[in-house]
Amino acid sequence: MEFQTHSSPHTSRPNRVDKVMLQVVMALIPGTIALIFYFGWGVLLNVILAVASAAAFEALVMKLRKRPVLPPLFDLSAVVTALLFAVAIPPLLPWWLVVLGMAFAIIMVKQMYGGLGYNPFNPAMAAYVLLLISYPVEMTSWLPPQLLVENSLSLGEILSFKFAGTLPVDLTLDAITMATPLDEMRTKLDLNQMISEIQTSPLWGDFGGQGWEWVGNWFLMGGIWMVYKRTITWQIPLAFLTGLVGMATLFWLFDPESFPFPLFHVFSGGAILGAFFIATDPVTASTTRAGQLIYGAAIGVLVYIIRTWGGYPDAVAFAVLLMNMAAPTIDYYTRPRVYGHGGIKNG
Amino acid sequence: MYVEAKRGKSRELWKFHGGLHLPEHKDISLTRPAQQTSLPKRLVLPLHQHIGVPAQPLIEVGQHVFKGQKIADASAPVTAPLHAPTSGTVLEISDHPIPHPSGLPGECIVIEPDGRDEWSELPLPITDYLSADAKTLRERIRESGIVGMGGATFPSAVKLNPGKPIKTLIINGAECEPYITCDDRLMQDEPERVMAGVRILQHMLQSEECLIAIEDNKSEAILALHNLVQDDEPIEVIRIPTLYPSGGEKQLIRILTGREVPSSGLPAQVDVICHNVATAAAIADAVLEGKPLISRLVTITGEGIREPGNFQAMIGTPASELIAQAGGYQNNPQQLIMGGPMMGFDLATDAIPITKGSNCLLCPTPEELPRPEAAQACIRCGRCADVCPANLLPQQMYWYSRAKDLEKVQDYNLFDCIECGCCSHVCPSHIPLVQYYRFAKHESWAQEQERRESEHAKQRHDARVARLERLEAARKARLRKKKEALDKKPPAKKATKPEASDKESKQAAIEAAMKRAAEKKAKQQAQPKNTENLTPAQQAKIEAVEQRRKATQASTPEHETEQQS
Repeated sequence: MEFQTHSSPHTSRPNRVDKVMLQVVMALIPGTIALIFYFGWGVLLNVILAVASAAAFEALVMKLRKRPVLPPLFDLSAVVTALLFAVAIPPLLPWWLVVLGMAFAIIMVKQMYGGLGYNPFNPAMAAYVLLLISYPVEMTSWLPPQLLVENSLSLGEILSFKFAGTLPVDLTLDAITMATPLDEMRTKLDLNQMISEIQTSPLWGDFGGQGWEWVGNWFLMGGIWMVYKRTITWQIPLAFLTGLVGMATLFWLFDPESFPFPLFHVFSGGAILGAFFIATDPVTASTTRAGQLIYGAAIGVLVYIIRTWGGYPDAVAFAVLLMNMAAPTIDYYTRPRVYGHGGIKNG
Repeated sequence: MYVEAKRGKSRELWKFHGGLHLPEHKDISLTRPAQQTSLPKRLVLPLHQHIGVPAQPLIEVGQHVFKGQKIADASAPVTAPLHAPTSGTVLEISDHPIPHPSGLPGECIVIEPDGRDEWSELPLPITDYLSADAKTLRERIRESGIVGMGGATFPSAVKLNPGKPIKTLIINGAECEPYITCDDRLMQDEPERVMAGVRILQHMLQSEECLIAIEDNKSEAILALHNLVQDDEPIEVIRIPTLYPSGGEKQLIRILTGREVPSSGLPAQVDVICHNVATAAAIADAVLEGKPLISRLVTITGEGIREPGNFQAMIGTPASELIAQAGGYQNNPQQLIMGGPMMGFDLATDAIPITKGSNCLLCPTPEELPRPEAAQACIRCGRCADVCPANLLPQQMYWYSRAKDLEKVQDYNLFDCIECGCCSHVCPSHIPLVQYYRFAKHESWAQEQERRESEHAKQRHDARVARLERLEAARKARLRKKKEALDKKPPAKKATKPEASDKESKQAAIEAAMKRAAEKKAKQQAQPKNTENLTPAQQAKIEAVEQRRKATQASTPEHETEQQS
C-alpha cells in the first residue's frame, strides 16, 4: 500500500493564529462595553468604523499584492488592531480621522513591512500617535462620563457630528467635551494646584477618573483571563504595571501633593489596556521571557516619565513604540541558556 | 522537583526546560500481551540499519543460511553485524526500499525462509558473566549485532566502552512518545529478561548506581521491575513524571542526575551511560544464551489498524506482512508512520522491512492525526521557546533558517536541537519548524563538506604551485651554473674583442642577417658561394662576426639556450 509523506511531527496542532486573535477580541469585549456605557454611542461607532475600514484596507492591499484576500481577514489580526485603536480614540473623533488612522495602521505600518508578523511597530499605536501629533485638538477632546453630564448627545446627534461636523444649535464643542482625568491632573498641577484640591472635582472616582476606573477594571478582567488562557504571558503586564507603580510610588512618597497616588496612574488613561493588550502584541514585543520583563518594565517607567514630565497627557502609545524599537536588541541580549552550554554544575 | 521514596531512600529529580503533555493513545496497543508472529514469506535485511559503517555481505546469493548465522559484517570500529533471523536461502543481494526518512532504497539481503527455523551453532552462553571481564562481554555484544533499540541504533558495544569510570548507568524505559508501547509491554511481559540485561550492563560498567527510569503512566512496568530488584544491588527503579520528551537521552540525564551533557559532547563526559530497556533484554539474550539480535517487539497501532498490539517480529519482516498479522488496515488510512507521531517519519509504502531500530508502525486515520494546514506567518508568540526541551529560541532559528543565514542559525545553537517536534506542535501558525531546522542542518553539513573540499583543493593547488616554483628555481640554478661555465670557457676570445657595444653587436647581427640572405639568394641562383674566393681580410671579418654571434647567443633568453644545451 502506498502513502503520502509529510515531515514530523504528525500531531494535530492545538493552536491557531485566528484562535489566539479571537481570544484577544473576546477579552476586549467587557472593557469595550464599559466604555460604551460610560462614554456613549460614539465608542461603538468608532469600533464599527475602525473594524470595517481596517478590513477594507487589508483586503485592498492583498489585492494589490496579488495575494489571496481571505486568509489575512480571517486571521482577525486586523480586527484586533482596529479594536485597540477604536477604544483608544475619543468618542467624538470625526469619521475621516478614524479611517485615516486605520489606513495608516494597515497600509503603512503593517502591510508595507510585509503584513502580519513582519511589522516592527504596533499598528494601532502608530496610528494613534500619528493622529495625536497631527490633530491634537480632536484627539484630546474627550467626552465626560455620562454619569456627569446633564445633556448627553443622542445617537443621531453623534452621527451628524461625526460625519458632518454639525452640532445641535444650542451646543458648542467646548460645552460638551471635557479633558480626560490624566489631562485634568496635568493641567491643574501645572497651575500649581495641590492634588487634594484637584481631587475635589466631581470628575474623580476612587482611584482615577469617574467611569475611567471602571473601564480599567473591565479591561483588567479581560487581561487576566488572557493570562489564564495563556493567550499572553504574565511577564509583560506584570512588569509594565510594576514599572509604572514603582515609579509612581517613589515620587508619591517623596511628595504626595505634587505626584498622584500610584493607583491613579494604573486606573487612568491607557495603562491597563496598554499593559495587557497593547504591550503584549507578540509581533512587536520582546519574545524571550527575560526580555519581556525588561521590555514591560521599561514601558511602565517610560509611561510615568512621559505622563509626568512630557508634553502629552497619556504616554502608552509613545512608550510602546519606543520599546518596539528596542525589542530586537533586548531579545538578543536575553537569550536563554541552552541545554549543555555551561552555567550548570555538572557532577 | 519530584521526590521518589524507595527503601527509605529519597531521590531528588530535576526538571528539564519545556516539554509537552500530549494525548497518550497508548491504551490502543496495550490491551493484550505481545503476540508472536508467523514466519514471513520473505525477509529483507538492510545492510545499513545501524549508525556507522554499513555491513558487507558474508554470504552469496543462493547460499543456504541457518537461523542466527552471521550474514554480514564490517571491520570498522563503529558498525554492527547482521544475522539471519531464520534458516533459508539467500534470494538476492540488491537495493530495496528501506525505512529511512529520505525514502531512498538501500542494499539488502533477501532471505526466503525454508520453514524449518534451524539454528546455526551459537556461541557458548556466558552464564557466569560475573567472572567474565568487560572486554569478553563487549565482544559478545558486538558479535551479536546489538544496537540501541530505542531508535537511535548506535552499536551498543561501542557505547559500553567509555574509557573512563561511569558513575550512573541509566536504563531508559521512559517511552515518552504517544502511541508507542513496545518497551512497556516488554517490561510487563518479560521483566526478568530486562533485569538480567541490566545486571550485565551494571557489571560491565561497574557504575556507582544504576537507575531504571520509567514514566509514571506505566505503573505495571514500574512494579514488575521494582519487584525484581534485590536489596543488595545498586539498582533502582525510578518513577519519572510523564512529560514528552523525558525519554530523550539528554533530557533523561537531566531529570535523573541534574547533570547536562555538554553541547556536541557525549553522556560519558558527565559520567553517565544510557541504554534502552529493549537493548538490555537483547544483551541478556546474547550473553546468557548466545543468541544474536534477530527479532524485536514492534508496536502496530493507530485507528487505521484493525487489531492493534505489540508483535515479536523478525528483523526484516515486511511492514505489510506485520500489519496483515495485526488484522490489516481499516478506516481507509492515508498515512503510515515509522516511529511515534512526534519524531517518527512517514513511509511512502508498507513494502519496507522492520529493522533493529523499528519500535512502532503507526497508521492513523486522517481524522485521528490530521495533516497540518498551510503555514501562516510567524507572529513571534514565543510558545515554541516555552516548550523547547533544549531551551532554544525556535522562532529566531526559523527566521534565520528561512533567510538561509546558516551562520546565524548555528549561532542560535541549531545543532543542540533534538528535533523532538514540540515547537512545531504548539506553533499557532502551523509552521513546520523542525523541517526548517533539518534543512538548515543539512545545508550546514553540505557547506562544511564543500568548505572542506575547497580547503583540500586549495592545499593541493598551493602544493602544486610550490612544487613548480621549486622546479623552476632548481632549473634556474642549473642554468646559472652552465652559464657561468660558458662565461669562463672562452675568456681569451672575449679579450680580443672586449666590450662590443650594443650598437656594434646589432650592426653585426644585421650584417650577418644580410649575409645569410645573400647566401640564400646565391644558393637559389645555384652560384658558387661568395665565401669561396674571399680576401684574407674578409675571412677575418667573418670569423670575428661568428665569434660575436656565439657570444650573443650565450646570453639570449634561457629557453632558447636550453634548447641548444
